[in-house]
Amino acid sequence: MTSATNHRLAMQELKAQEKAARKAEKERQRRVARDEAAERRRAAKSGFANVANPRRSTLMTVLCSLFAIYCLFPFVYLLINATKSQADFTSTFGLWFGGEFNLWDNIVTVFTYQDGIFGRWFLNTILYVVVGAGGATLLAIMGGYALAKFRFPGRKAVFAVIIGSISVPGTALAVPQFLLFAQLGLTNTPWSMIIPSLISPFGLYLMWIFSEQAVPTELLEAARVDGAGEFRTFFQVSLPLLAPGIVTTSLFTIVATWNNYFLPLIMLKDADWYPLTIGLNQWKDQANTAGGTAIQNLVITGSLITIIPLVIAFLLLQKYWQSGLAAGAVKE
Amino acid sequence: MTAASPSASSGTVRVNKHKPDWRGWKFMWPFAVVFVLVFIIPIVYAIYISFFEKRMVGGTVFVGVDNYIRLFGDDQFWASCGRVALFTIVQVPIMLFLSAVMALCIDSMKLHGAKFFRISTFLPYAVPAVVSTMIWGFMYGAKYGLVGSLNDLLGTSLDVLSPSVLLASIGNIVTWEFVGYNMLIFYSSLSTIPHSLYEAASIDGASEWQIVKSIKIPELKGSLAITVIFSIIGSFQLFNEPNILQNMVPGNAITTYYTPNMYAYNLSFSGNQSNYAAAMAIVMAVITMAIAYAVQLNSMKEQMK
Repeated sequence: MTSATNHRLAMQELKAQEKAARKAEKERQRRVARDEAAERRRAAKSGFANVANPRRSTLMTVLCSLFAIYCLFPFVYLLINATKSQADFTSTFGLWFGGEFNLWDNIVTVFTYQDGIFGRWFLNTILYVVVGAGGATLLAIMGGYALAKFRFPGRKAVFAVIIGSISVPGTALAVPQFLLFAQLGLTNTPWSMIIPSLISPFGLYLMWIFSEQAVPTELLEAARVDGAGEFRTFFQVSLPLLAPGIVTTSLFTIVATWNNYFLPLIMLKDADWYPLTIGLNQWKDQANTAGGTAIQNLVITGSLITIIPLVIAFLLLQKYWQSGLAAGAVKE
Repeated sequence: MTAASPSASSGTVRVNKHKPDWRGWKFMWPFAVVFVLVFIIPIVYAIYISFFEKRMVGGTVFVGVDNYIRLFGDDQFWASCGRVALFTIVQVPIMLFLSAVMALCIDSMKLHGAKFFRISTFLPYAVPAVVSTMIWGFMYGAKYGLVGSLNDLLGTSLDVLSPSVLLASIGNIVTWEFVGYNMLIFYSSLSTIPHSLYEAASIDGASEWQIVKSIKIPELKGSLAITVIFSIIGSFQLFNEPNILQNMVPGNAITTYYTPNMYAYNLSFSGNQSNYAAAMAIVMAVITMAIAYAVQLNSMKEQMK
């Protein structure tokens, strides 16, 4: 009997203790909340809050939202109008859907119009991006690495020439490039698009800054002492360290090649070698040629298909281009 | 260098110092070769052919600096230069101001969903000039574009493609395309400021505005030089947007010599005057480089202060 009462007493005591503890905890939390509120009031008065986690400002968010709307509404316009037939496009309000939902029809027509030439343009663009932008990235990685990690004769000259070349207008170069390529018989071939795409001074600059920071010279020395050749050191030691910079650089070279308009405009005359940009522009101009039918619905849907791959790439690779560019910005 | 190889006595170190280290070229040569092919040779070639002229009779003949003399008296060329100069003076400051403000807002950590703002501002950069010009061109249209709808709604007769405001409409397209790119450059340089600096400033009683003024804006000035130079080069090269808009604009508002680049392009590809166009390309390159250089010098002087 005694043991049972004792047990009950102990239980009661425990419960009481628990209750008291809960009460104290509640009291403490109330105090913390009160302190925090006071702190916030004080911060609001002095105009400064915790730097690591400041108050969110609704006004600022609203103002920035206006700007975000400016940036995004052409995308919305494109999405909405890709669902319209040609008749609806010319007759209904631009920011709302037309009578019928024509998106799938439009997509099918884009890929079948003129014997499916849009597919051909898409593949051409991919070819130019893979070989041109891929090559440009590779050359930029190697060149940037050389500039950052070796003191070779002519290094300063290379640097000066490249900085100078950035300020030469690319389009001013294109005319002599065209004349030269015409002499070599390369115009109207994929080469005339790929070879000039191989040079990206901005990519070289990014990779140079990035190599300087990401690859410790001591590590290279260690690999050399261990008897590794320069190329083995490059591929096995340096390349993995350069990965975020490589993603950033390739993103920029891919955008530059995918979106290039001037170079293919002057180099390519044969529609079979057109990239998407020139092809779409030709479709757009069809409305202006005598006897040509306006196909704005196809132009709009084709535009949507053209930008989707890059938009997805940007969204997926956010983390990389952020860190890569931040590294590039350190050096001024 | 303390990390000398184990076998190096003081003698071999000195020898190594005088022996050039060619290893870097193992990595540099592919870039250098292609660079010479697509940059150096075309520039040299352009200079060379700019001294010649194609004649109906007698073929291509050496004419000395005649092309340059003709260029300096070419009103169309100077009109196009004036147009892009005006464009640069108005559009570049507006765009860079918007970029810098947006970068400061996103960096302030005071926005709800800052990540959303960062990506949505940058997203237009992924859109090719052809597509962005066409979308804006369709929206500008007074017949069945958004401007047309607006006119129907308000009973007005706005026309953003009329010659007097056309340049501003093009400026809007270019701003839309590149504001995010410049924002990102600004934002990257802001994100390199160590947070301990803000904490120290706040402990010292600096207000948020003071932090922006004394820490963040001076940091932005460094990247300002880069963005200004890239933007100036970009607007002097203005070609894509007016060239694509040409057919979407009623009448002949966009002439074949609307910008220097369009002029050079039309001269060499429809006018068959590639020698004169080469001279023009060289003069444009020199003007652009001179301006870029002057801006760079100016901003460097400012930083020295």
